[in-house]
This record gives sequence, C-alpha cells and structure tokens, in this order.
Amino acid sequence: MSSSGGDAIRPRVRIQDGSASRPVPAAQRNDNGGTRRAAVFDIRDMSVHYGENRALDWTTLRIDRNLVTAVIGPSGCGKSTFIRSLNRMNDSIPGFRIGGQVLYHGHDLYARQTNRVEVRRRIGMVFQKPNPFPKSIYDNVAWAPRNLGMKSGLDERVERALRHAAIWDEVKDRLRASALSLSGGQQQRLCIARSIAVEPDVLLLDEPASALDPVATAAIEDLMHNLKHRYTIVIVTHNMQQAARVADRTAFFSLDERDRTGTLVEYGDTDTIFTNPADPRTRDYVTGRFG
Amino acid sequence: MSVRASLNPRAAARGRVAMEGSLGDRILRGLCIAAGLLAGGTLLAVAYQVISGARLSISTFGLPFLVHSAWAPNLGHFGAAVMLYGTAVSSAIALLISTPVAIAIAIYLSMLAPRAVRIVVGPLVEMLAAIPSVILGLWGIIVLAPFMQRHVEPALHGVLGFIPIFGPAQTTGLGVFTAGVILTVMVVPIIASLSRDLFLSVPRELTDAAESVGATRWEVIRGVVLPTTVSGVSAAIMLGLGRALGEAIAVASVIGAGNVVHVSTFETGNSLAARIALDFAYIVSNLHTASLFYLALILLVFGLLTNLIARQIASRYDVHRTFA
Repeated sequence: MSSSGGDAIRPRVRIQDGSASRPVPAAQRNDNGGTRRAAVFDIRDMSVHYGENRALDWTTLRIDRNLVTAVIGPSGCGKSTFIRSLNRMNDSIPGFRIGGQVLYHGHDLYARQTNRVEVRRRIGMVFQKPNPFPKSIYDNVAWAPRNLGMKSGLDERVERALRHAAIWDEVKDRLRASALSLSGGQQQRLCIARSIAVEPDVLLLDEPASALDPVATAAIEDLMHNLKHRYTIVIVTHNMQQAARVADRTAFFSLDERDRTGTLVEYGDTDTIFTNPADPRTRDYVTGRFG
Repeated sequence: MSVRASLNPRAAARGRVAMEGSLGDRILRGLCIAAGLLAGGTLLAVAYQVISGARLSISTFGLPFLVHSAWAPNLGHFGAAVMLYGTAVSSAIALLISTPVAIAIAIYLSMLAPRAVRIVVGPLVEMLAAIPSVILGLWGIIVLAPFMQRHVEPALHGVLGFIPIFGPAQTTGLGVFTAGVILTVMVVPIIASLSRDLFLSVPRELTDAAESVGATRWEVIRGVVLPTTVSGVSAAIMLGLGRALGEAIAVASVIGAGNVVHVSTFETGNSLAARIALDFAYIVSNLHTASLFYLALILLVFGLLTNLIARQIASRYDVHRTFA
C-alpha cells in the first residue's frame, strides 16, 4: 500500500491570518512545526463491502483535530463510502460490511456497545444535495436540539448556529418561513447550521457544493475556513481546486485497475499532494492527466 | 413539403412515422376520452336515478326523514335515524381502532421489520382486503359475535361501563360494536398498505438528514416521516372511511337489524347500506322503494363527500410536489 498514513505527516500549527479571501495553498501555509495534533479519527485497515462487492480496500489514515481534510478522487473510488463510514451512515444500506477499525478519540465506532445515535450526534454530516426538512427555517435548526432536550436558550442556540453558518443575516427576518423557500446555496448553509446546532465535534461534508453555483460555492468555502476553528472537518469533493483552496490535508483515493475497488493512494499535506505527490497516480490525477 | 420529403428519404420516413403515430394517437385519444366520459356519465346517471327514485319519499317526508327513527313499511312510517346512527357509529368505531393499528403496521413494515418479514407480512396485510365481505360476515356471525358477547363486551362494560356507550352485553353479540370491529378488519389493510407506500416514499435525503443530527429511529418517524406524509395518511383514512360507510353485507350480517337507536353500542342497530341490501327483497309499497332510494341518496352523498375530502387533503400538502 502506497499510503503513508497520517503518522508520516510532520505536525504543524496553522496561524490564521483572518482574512476572508481564499488564498492559494502555498500562500496559506505558515508552518511552525512542533506541537503534535490530537487525532480525531484513527482509521486502521478499513475495508468496506456491499454484499459481494468490495467498495473500499484496506485504508489506514489519521484525521487530526481542527483541520480540514479533503478526500478527492475519480467517481466510484469510494470517497462517499469512506466518509459515510465515519458516522455510520452506511449502516442502513443492505449488505454493508466493514472490516478493520475506525477509532474515534480512541473509541471503536463499530464496537458492539457503541451507540449509533450518539455517534451521529458527535459527528454531523452535510450531504451533496441540500436536504432541509419541509419545516420552517427555525424548526430545521431547532429540531435536533429539541430532540436532545436542549430546550433552554433554544432561540440563542438557533441564532448562533445560523450565524456560524453565515446565513443569519439572510434569514433573520423570516425564521418562520419554509426552508424550502430558500435558494439552493442558502438551503445548504441552513443544513450546515442544522448540523452545528447540536455542537458536534466533527463535520462531514459529502460534496457539499456540487449542486451549487459558483457564488454559493464560494460562500460555503469561506464558511469552512471559519468553521474549522470549532470543528474538525472532512470534506469529499470532486473539485480539485476546491480541495486545494479549503483543505489542510488531502487524501487521494483511486480505483484499483485490477479489481475495481477503491483504494487510498496517497495522503498528506495538501501542498505536497498538489505540488509534489509521491505516487505517479496522484500526479496524473492532480495535473488532470487522469480520465 | 412533399418535395423536400421526397428528396430526403430519411425525412420521408420520419413523416410517415409521424403520420401513423398521429392516426394511432387519435384513436387512442378517442378511446380514452370515451372511457373517461363513460365513467363520468355513469356517475351522473346513477346519481340521477337515485334522486328520481327517492323523489316520492323526499316529497312525503322531507328533511325530517333524517331524524325519524321509525321504520315500519306496513304502516308507511319511514325514517333514517337508526340507520344514520348505526352507520356513523360503526364507521367511527372502525376508524378509531383501525387508524392506530394500521399506521403501526405501516411503520413496522416500511421501517422496522427485517426484509424477510416484510416480504411475507406485507402481501398478507393486502390480502386481508381480498377476503370477500360475505365471508367476513359469516365469520362475524359464527365466531366474532359470540366471542365479543362472551369476552370483549363484558370486559369493556366492567372497565368502562360508566360510559353509556359500553352498556351490558346482550344475548347474541350482534350489534353496532361488532359491526365496527368487522369493518375494522376491512379498513385496516386499506390504510396500512397506502400508509406503508407513503412512508417508503419519504425521500431518503430527509431521513438521512434526521439521522445525521443524532435522531433516534422514533424521532425520525415522529419528526420527519409522519409530518411529511400526514396529508397522504389522512387521505388514506378518508378512503378507509368511504369503505366503512358503504359496506353492506358484512355489516348486515352482524349489526343485528335493530329498529331502535340505542346509546350502548353493544345493542343491535342498522346501517344505511345494510338496510338497503336487505329490504329490497321485501318491498311493500312505492313509498318503501322511494324511502330506500332516499337512504341510498344519503349514502351516495356521504361516499362522494369522503372521496372529495380525501382528494382535497391529498392535494393540499403533497410532499413530492414541494420536495421533488
């Protein structure tokens, strides 16, 4: 396996310049080295099957706290399977089986005593297609906190979530309006607000901007720069420029030529992946020579 | 046009196909319009026949027909109160019992049951609707009524006897309550199978979204699945009500053909459909016939109303229209 795994990466501390512009990765970097980041996910030899089909091969990598980790690769390479396995969203798919270990802060996510509902409360997810509930804007955000009994200060909680998702100013005068009256980009930010309203630890974003126009995409990308101070973010994207813009680290998955199974090819600093990849397959893909 | 077509064989072929298509289209269109008109025409014809058949009774009794409880063909006394009451109460009992049961079945079959159970139990529930009502009626007389009389009615009277509708059990078990239970058996598969399909049609993105914010299975059902399907489920309940209101044979078998309005549902009664079905064999006068048509008119109005309401509810908030 060509994957170097998370341990090979030199730990570093990012210093945020606070500007809202989206700098190119090279300019974004400000490595200090030194302190070692805490691992949020420690994934060991993970493999996934759907029935007889193997969707993902032995995958080992580490995802660190308060970083944006991008997962890139061609269609069908197991990106979505990978990210959906991190909060057990695949469990309801018939025939789903997982091998290896997914450790979340040291706890095995797939252990018998692990509570799936609790996993998802800590590890939120935003999907490819904006999927607000057919309820009011307010109720979309307030629904999950209410379920969890966080009833005191609910208004403040909703406002905070909407502010952090950078949509408060657009909806504050019509919180009772249906969420379906919002534009696609607004709906997607509302979905992010809905996810962060329960104050998760991790946000998983499965191609969150693929159904959005460039302006809405830029808004989501800006948002990610701010959100990573509070959350650990894993984002699947088919858009390499997007990965280069938003991610600190990038994992490149590819389809194995022989058995058509998704495999992790290379994982490292986004800089390295895009400018000096170790694996020729990564180089071909990021330079656009891959079909 | 013809010149261009002849110059270009492909275009000519296309033109011919289009011509044939349009002829076939026209025939098909004509057949469909005829079928549609036939359905509408039948409804109007039946409505007209029922109204004209009831004319004598309407002019004799007028609206007070609805509140008079006497039904004595030999004396020329006719009133619909007993039948209206029996129909309303037996249908209400059927809906009260079947709605929660059917929705529970639908939730189980669509979201909780393992695949193997779904495959076996799902069709069984639908097959319950395929039992001919006369067989249910027979089962009602032989099995259900004695069981109700011996076990269910005394128990209900013992626990809830302070409510007048649960009076003491009578001698046979035939009565309005037993009719309601028979109707429940007929209504449950309708509501259950329609609701199950509705629950299955809730977009996966919505249930995924709910699960991704840490909702339990029950919270997903209560917070997302039921609210997005509430209009469809209400429409299904109205269709079930339509079935309950119009059922004649099964009800006629077990309702006991009583002639008095009793508060206790364990007493005998009668329903509109049952009275019409049974009385036509023993017509004694023109007024009798007209009064049966009057009952039929009431039943027709109820049936059409429940159907219209069901459509209205179903079209008002359609999940799939707002969330395509």
